[in-house]
Order: sequence, then structure tokens, then C-alpha cells
Amino acid sequence: MEIINSVITFFGENIQIIYILILSIFVGIEVISKVPSALHTPLMSGANAIHGVVVIGAIIVMGHAEEGNWLAIILGFLAVILGTLNVVGGFVVTDRMLEMFKKKK
Amino acid sequence: MQNQYWLYLIYLLASVSFIVGLKMLSGPKTARQGNFLAAGGMTLAIIGTIFLHKNEEGHLIGNYAWIFGGIAIGTIAGWLSANKVQMTAMPQMVSLFNGMGGACAGLISIVEYKHLHDTASTGAVITILLGLIIGSVSFSGSIIAYLKLQEIMKKTFRLPAQNIFTIVLLLLIVSMLVITIQLPAMFHLYLLLILSLGYGVLFVLPIGGADMPVVISLLNSFTGLAAAFGGFLYDNQVMLTGGILVGSAGTLLTILMCNAMNRSLMNVIFGSFGGGNAAVGADDGFVGTIKSTTPSDVAILMKYAQNVIIVPGYGLAVAQAQHVIHELEELLEKEGVNVRYAIHPVAGRMPGHMNVLLAESNVSYDKLVEMEQINDDFSKTDVVFVVGANDVVNPAARNNPASPIFGMPILNADKAKTVIVSKRSMGKGYAGIENELFGYDNCLMLFGDAKASIGKLVAELKEL
Repeated sequence: MEIINSVITFFGENIQIIYILILSIFVGIEVISKVPSALHTPLMSGANAIHGVVVIGAIIVMGHAEEGNWLAIILGFLAVILGTLNVVGGFVVTDRMLEMFKKKK
Repeated sequence: MQNQYWLYLIYLLASVSFIVGLKMLSGPKTARQGNFLAAGGMTLAIIGTIFLHKNEEGHLIGNYAWIFGGIAIGTIAGWLSANKVQMTAMPQMVSLFNGMGGACAGLISIVEYKHLHDTASTGAVITILLGLIIGSVSFSGSIIAYLKLQEIMKKTFRLPAQNIFTIVLLLLIVSMLVITIQLPAMFHLYLLLILSLGYGVLFVLPIGGADMPVVISLLNSFTGLAAAFGGFLYDNQVMLTGGILVGSAGTLLTILMCNAMNRSLMNVIFGSFGGGNAAVGADDGFVGTIKSTTPSDVAILMKYAQNVIIVPGYGLAVAQAQHVIHELEELLEKEGVNVRYAIHPVAGRMPGHMNVLLAESNVSYDKLVEMEQINDDFSKTDVVFVVGANDVVNPAARNNPASPIFGMPILNADKAKTVIVSKRSMGKGYAGIENELFGYDNCLMLFGDAKASIGKLVAELKEL
């Protein structure tokens, strides 16, 4: 019972964010519903770069790690590196793919 | 507080840039700008977070040296590896970057669990743990996908009773999740981490190379979910919208890719095609004799043809024959031959792979014709030139219900007057099955490395 109560409380306290979540799901589906198969790979790669937004979480972890908390500092540092790799690598690879699609004479 | 409102505004702009960027990415004319737009939004969100973010106690971000150091290392490594990678190796690169994102989400969860597990609400703990599970699965799965596509790991493993094993592992993960919620301890968290990593490995191991794009796309949406859980935890709108957007768009994209192969997602994940059980059709369905031909014969055939359709496949990418095939196309065009490329939705290792590759060698975009538009034209075509493609022109998909690829839409190359297949050997295609087309009366084999064969063909054409 206690668990159910705390889950419901969590739900209630985060209701706005849950709305964002549900609406984003529909936006995501709507946005790519008409895509030619030639663009599947660049689109996947672009989406791949966008979820690199997780790096913001890593920055928050890193930024609020107390001095001397080495677990947080080291793992946070690693997370920032990996997240940045995801973002930068993802966007650059996508751009290289799309460069190939430019109009020829 | 005002600072926080600025940050909210930045997050709002970034979220909109992701949505509009994704939208633009799904059209060929706007795709590149869309990618730039999303990248711009991302940069803004990152900078905003570094300078404006405050935690619940109102503290600004610290540890700048570590943060900028990490960003610098990640940027340089990401930039270099993304620029250095060969066009043919794009799919595994995407997979690798995806794995990095998953690992990032997992690491965040570990730190936050350690930090919060005795003070946070159950809901927050669940969020942290789900982020850990999904992030870890995405990480280990992506690494396996990378190893397989890079051909460092060549074999497809399938444990006996793989599906049962998978279900047991899933149940273990769920029970470990419950245990970790009820009895918080770092030890339980690490167990959960190991189980999740194991699940990712087991999830991808039995899946064959032909299905890898689907798996990468699926893992991509997993990482999106993991990022969204992070957003939930930190009440961070941009992580939430970005993550969920990728989660749902990625899932839809995965389904679209499956549809292009006429398979269901369940079939890809649990099915046998592309996996270890695909021994079906090894001997049956093969009639007729294989006839091989020479570059000079092919040159004559093509020079006096009216219509030629080129069917490129992964072999073209492997042989790096995209430039020489463009040369061939230009030569034939000069002779007044109408040359087009027929692009199967899953030609190569990824949808769009061939378009990217051929565009690299300046083949004009309107010469690339998608399957639905060109399939009726094959019967009116003099010569079809199949380069490094196999399963996508296998007539068994149309007429052999016993074949594992039965039902997959194929290019009707066999309907043309003459089919020429450039192939290194009589080896099987990715699905590991024989191609009965090779035994047809109208089919001639041009054995040898694609680049070398086409090179000879071009030389012969110039002689004529």
C-alpha cells in the first residue's frame, strides 16, 4: 500500500512532466510518419544525435558532485565524455551522410 | 530565479529545434538544415545548462574544469572518428555513438542512485533504475552490433533454447529491480547493472547482419527512453522532450524498416531468418545451370541495349566500386543508353545506404529509383546489372513459400531480357540461402571483384 501511495504521489507531483511525455510521444510519431526509405539511415543517425541530450544529465551530475566524492566525479566525467561523443559524433556523421544528397547539376 | 527562467526559455527553444529538425530530416531537400538546426539547439541547451542550471538547493554548476575537459575530449574524439569513418562503415559508427549515449545514461543512474537512494521517493528510485537498465541494454547491445557490422565478431550465436533463456533473464531483471527498490543497496544496483548488460549482449548476438539496421534503430529508441528517464529525474524538459521524441520516432522508424522487409518486429527479434536456424532452403529451389560470362560480352550487350538498370547491393560498397559504376553509367549514357539504378529499400546494410554511397560518386539523385517506381519496368529492360546484391533479387521471395525470405518484396530483376550478376563467387547472400535466379536461362554470372570487373567492362566499352 505504501508503495502504491508513493507512486501515486510521484505521479501527482509530476503531472505536468507526464503531460509533456505523452504529447512528445505523439509528436515523435507524427513528425516522421512520411519519410522516404532513402532517408531512413540519416534520420536514424540524426535521432541518435538528439538523444545525446542525455549529456545534460551528465553535466548536472558532474556539476553538483561534492569535492572528494570520487565515484561521482570519475563516473560523471566519463559520462560527460561519452555523452559529448554521442552528440558531436552523431551530428557530424549525419551531416556527412546528408552532404551526399546535395543536388547535382 | 530569473536565471532559471532564461534556462527554461533556452530549453523550450532547444526542444522546438529538435522537433522541427527531425521534421526537416525526413525530407531530402531540408534534411541538412534540419540536422544543423537540431545541433544548434543542442549546443544552446548544453551551454545554458553549464552557466545557468541550479539544483534544488540553488547551487550553480561547479567543477568547470572537469566538465570542459570532458566536453573537449568528447568533442575531439567524436569529431575525428565521425570524419575519418568510411561511408561503408557508417552503420556501425551510428551504433557505436548510440552505445555511448546509453552508457552515459547508465553512469548517471549509478551516481544518482548512490547519491539519492536513502532520501528519494520510490518514484524517483524507479526512474533511476529504469534509466540504468535501458541505458545498459542499449550500451552492450550497440557494442555487439558494432562488433558484428565491423566483422570483428563474425559468427551469429544462438544458445539452445535462446528464447527461454532470454525470458528467464528478463524475469531476473524485473525481480532484481523489485529487490533493489525494496532493499536499497549498491550491491543490488551492480547486480542489476550486470544483468542488464548481459541482456543487451544476448539480445543482439543471435541477430544476423541483414537485420542489424532494425536492431540499431531499436536500440536507438532505447537510448532515447533512457535519456527521457534522466529528464524525468531532473525535471529537465529538454532531456525529456528530446529523449521521448527519439524514443517514439525511433520506434516508428524501426517499424517502417521492418515493413520495408515485409517482416514484423517480433520476427526480427525472435525469428530465425538471419539467425543460426536459417539452414532452410540450403539445397532446394536450385535448378538450371550457372552460366558465366566475360567483360567483353557484357560490354557488347550493354552498348546495344536501350535500357539498363543497375541493382546495387552491399557488395558494391565492400568493393568500393561506386566510382567505377558511375563511370560505366556515364559511358553508356553517351552511347544513348537509358541507365537507372534500382534501389531496394534494404539494399546494403541500411536503408538509404546505396543512395549515400552512389551520391558520393556524383550519381545524380534522380537516377536512383525506388523499388515501387521501377519494379514494373524490369520486363521492358534489356539488361539488368546486379552488383553485389543477392537476396533482394531472389525470386524465391515471390514463389517459394518454404524460403525464409518468402514474402519479402524484391526487385523483379529476373523479368528482364538479360540479367548480369557481378559476384565474387557462388557464395550465399546475407540471408544465407541460395539464389535460384543464378540458375535462370536469362542470367549470366560475371565472377570477380566488382571493382575490377566493372573496370574491365569500362575498358572494353571504350575499345568498342
